Amino acid sequence: MTFSEWIAEPVNWAFLAMAIPMVIAALRVVTSRNVVHAALFLVLALAASAGLFILLSAEFVAWVLVLVYIGAVVVLFLFGIMITRAPIGRETNLSHDTRWPAAVAALGVFAVTFWLINAVATQMGGFGDPLPAVGRATATGILGEGFINRYLIPFEAVGFVLLAALIGGITLARKDLTPAEEEEGARV
Amino acid sequence: MVLTQFLVLGALLFSIGVYGLLSRRNAVTVLLAVELMLAAVNINLIAFEAFWNTAAAHGQIFAIFVITIAAAEVGIGLAIILLVFRNRASGNIDQLDLMRW
Repeated sequence: MTFSEWIAEPVNWAFLAMAIPMVIAALRVVTSRNVVHAALFLVLALAASAGLFILLSAEFVAWVLVLVYIGAVVVLFLFGIMITRAPIGRETNLSHDTRWPAAVAALGVFAVTFWLINAVATQMGGFGDPLPAVGRATATGILGEGFINRYLIPFEAVGFVLLAALIGGITLARKDLTPAEEEEGARV
Repeated sequence: MVLTQFLVLGALLFSIGVYGLLSRRNAVTVLLAVELMLAAVNINLIAFEAFWNTAAAHGQIFAIFVITIAAAEVGIGLAIILLVFRNRASGNIDQLDLMRW
């Protein structure tokens, strides 16, 4: 498929309309000098990825992403930023002073991944064919059946991980009282 | 839509995440970069699911697992950052050199 054929499909305009803001937002997440702005640009990137999931007919995952990430994780981030009093407002030392090694590493990762995608695409073929699942919504019931049949043990394990994270988070973040404070608390 | 465009987007997003992970000094922003990398992985999973078009939607199930684990990771990560901040009055990871030789 040539580029002119690719761009002629209207669905690819929708793809570009989400992918380009997503990449720009991702770049701002890692370069922004304001922590709160970085967290809010993450919202934009994740919302765009939820849109891509809908394009790929994964509606349930898209809404889980919106609920869990945008609804909970980003709010948690904002709380974390406020509690640690991470510099709110413009701040210059949010990143290291020498950043070129990180840029070289990132470019290296991208080059290797891109080369791998090309190599696998030429070996396997079919990467340039239209995606078969597009336009056919995945029934959420299929996912539910997967969770309670084939993926039951991973499902339970993930539930356990969430419980452990909950207890661990509380244990880590609670303030241990000194014996004197504890006595005072007991008297009150 | 073809598979390659999603794979390249995922690779781009993952590389941006790697850059953020290595270049950021503030611990909260490092976690934000990790979230970007996980989002890139999710795009790959969903795109491959649309490519193979399996009846049981394995790729989507794995994407939901990734989202769940990411939520747990953020909770624990922020609790640790909070603890570090309480003990050292700083959220910068390059000042956590207590165990450095």
